[in-house]
Amino acid sequence: MEAIILQILNGLDKGSAYALIALGLTLIFGTLGVVNFAHGALFMIGAFCAVTLSRILTLSRTVVDETQTDFLGNPLEVQVPYVYDWFGQATGDAIIDWAVPLSILFAIPVMMLIGVIMERGLIKHFYNRPHADQILVTFGLAIVLQEIIKFYYGANPIPTPAPDAFRGSFDFGAMLGLDPNVVIYPYWRIIYFAFAAVIIGAVFAFLQFTTFGMVVRAGMADRETVQLLGINIDRRFTIMFGLAAAVAGLAGVMYTPINSPNYHMGMDFLVLSFVVVVVGGMGSLPGAVLAGFLLGILESFASMREVLEVLPGINQIIIYLVAIIILLTRPRGLMGRKGVMED
Amino acid sequence: MLGLDKKDFRLLLIVIAITLLAPFILNPFPENSGMAQFNAGYPDLMQRFVIYGIFAIGFNILFGLTGYLSFGHAAFLGVGSYAAIWMMKLVTLNVIPAIILGVIIAGLFALAVGYISLRRSGIYFSILTLAFAQMSYALAYSVLTPITGGETGLQIKSTDSPLLSNLEPGEIGRANLFGMDMRAGFDLSFGDWLFTINAGYYIAAVFMIIAFYLSIRIFRSPFGTMLRAVKSNQTRMYYTGLNARPYTLAAFVISGMYAGLAGGLLVAMDTQAGPERMFWTASGEVVLMTILGGAGTLIGPVLGSGAIKYMENILSKINKDILHEWFAFMPDGLEDFVITIVYPFIGKGWHLTLGLIFMAVVIFLPGGLVEGGQRIGRLLRGKKANPDDEKATQSTPAE
Repeated sequence: MEAIILQILNGLDKGSAYALIALGLTLIFGTLGVVNFAHGALFMIGAFCAVTLSRILTLSRTVVDETQTDFLGNPLEVQVPYVYDWFGQATGDAIIDWAVPLSILFAIPVMMLIGVIMERGLIKHFYNRPHADQILVTFGLAIVLQEIIKFYYGANPIPTPAPDAFRGSFDFGAMLGLDPNVVIYPYWRIIYFAFAAVIIGAVFAFLQFTTFGMVVRAGMADRETVQLLGINIDRRFTIMFGLAAAVAGLAGVMYTPINSPNYHMGMDFLVLSFVVVVVGGMGSLPGAVLAGFLLGILESFASMREVLEVLPGINQIIIYLVAIIILLTRPRGLMGRKGVMED
Repeated sequence: MLGLDKKDFRLLLIVIAITLLAPFILNPFPENSGMAQFNAGYPDLMQRFVIYGIFAIGFNILFGLTGYLSFGHAAFLGVGSYAAIWMMKLVTLNVIPAIILGVIIAGLFALAVGYISLRRSGIYFSILTLAFAQMSYALAYSVLTPITGGETGLQIKSTDSPLLSNLEPGEIGRANLFGMDMRAGFDLSFGDWLFTINAGYYIAAVFMIIAFYLSIRIFRSPFGTMLRAVKSNQTRMYYTGLNARPYTLAAFVISGMYAGLAGGLLVAMDTQAGPERMFWTASGEVVLMTILGGAGTLIGPVLGSGAIKYMENILSKINKDILHEWFAFMPDGLEDFVITIVYPFIGKGWHLTLGLIFMAVVIFLPGGLVEGGQRIGRLLRGKKANPDDEKATQSTPAE
């Protein structure tokens, strides 16, 4: 029982990341009909938004402090972040400590902007080209974005810690009335899952309960009719692309404390996210979310010691194996709609 | 000649001439001049040109003709490599049996993967092949370590004593062709120019010429026409009473065997094999090569693989000092400025250049370098160009 809960929890954070990326991919695919191979790069850029903000916050000037001396007896040079000058030391420290959550505010406009520029500048011209061309051009774009990040931030992972308050683990099992010290779980992963759930809920609510969302859904179902009704659906789809980019970016921002970001993290996630989208069913938003969590949890179950003793190496291939089985038995994926990508 | 029409035969002759004279053509700059770093005529790189050329030619038979975009072709190259290295470790150090075994095993593996993947088309096919390749990579990396050597891969060690080679105990075997060492070769020098003639390169080159010849024959055969029909309209093909599956499966297996041949040759040249050859970036690379050169054209994949391998090896060698040397004629401020602009695109950043070129090709030249060449040719010849000329070699890539 404890082991099962622990594995489900372990699967949740990876599953959340898969679900968020797959959700964005499906949004783009469902609205614009474009297969976006650069989506992983957007996830990665989101992560680097967090890195950038924490670097901006720790920008410092050098002050010679007479009261402290180094080991030679000279006055010590101290780095004083500019934030101290504006907010005082205590608040400044707190702001620097909370850099990752604060990056959310920073990442949303940045990612929206990047998304809109990408759509208007490049992807717009590929609506009527074959899917293979779309895959190829976004694949090229992903390489370019990745290399730009690599040039400015280097090839090594950059540690970006969570706020002090959320570091460390807590005894999740005790809260559920199980034996203490059995199900220990890091705070940040729970927060990541909660955050993902909120974002996913917000996206669905936005599509379901706003007029804008209604128009977008109508456009996904029948683009021409919506256009005939005199609605500028293209502009709304562009905004949806920005939104999808923001979702991917936020997934990246919050993922930084779990895994230090490096320039190729996006590609590692992208390959799996595509598998997730296909398993969930191309064009189905609930399918993408469901498949994301499902595959994340399956992966963590497959890496249990008991399972590995029976089937060594299964944790490495489980996702692909499931994808192959599902594609062959349920060609449209778990919740795929009829007529999507079947030509 | 050889069952080819005049135009194709001319193309074949040109390819033969270029591959055989490559050590000279690729070394146009004198040894001690500043431009010598652009010389690509050293054996290791030339071998890579032709081997990846074979890989891309094979990929093009699948993607260029049928339009099925496989994102997992590196798996066949990897499997071919492992098969070949085991042949050399256990049976004989002669490269021919190793290469043949690599081709056969890769073909069988492609048959299994293709049989399953080809049930679907479009992006589903791409994802299925990608899934198979990633599974092979993960297995080779972890569980199959006794067979694949895991992360370190396989090399020929001093403890290996192949059955048919009489090695002294402790002697490390060398790959050979009926006794001729693959690394054998000699240097020719004419004045300042230095050319390296290498046995391994010429063996690989002969294989590439054969592979290229076969691909021309496939392109021009009724079978090739059938594959083009799959790409242009599969439904219509069904209505005429033809089943597309056997044709696409045959194309898939053939291109898998080409990949196995490339894998076997890689082992023959450097006598090692590792899982990184199966990673999905390796599959992506062959896609890049084919598109860059021109999918569906005969010569395109060879050009594409040459261009990418050249960039990978030559562009990545340029560093800041060399740039300073080049732009030394400029005033200091301007020199620094130009170098700041150029620097991200060369050296370690060569992938950025690759990505940009690739995007430009997909956006503006869907037919790749070959189409670019044709357009330039048409411009030069004026409007007198005969539209039939292009039809023969060019076809746009589709899904």
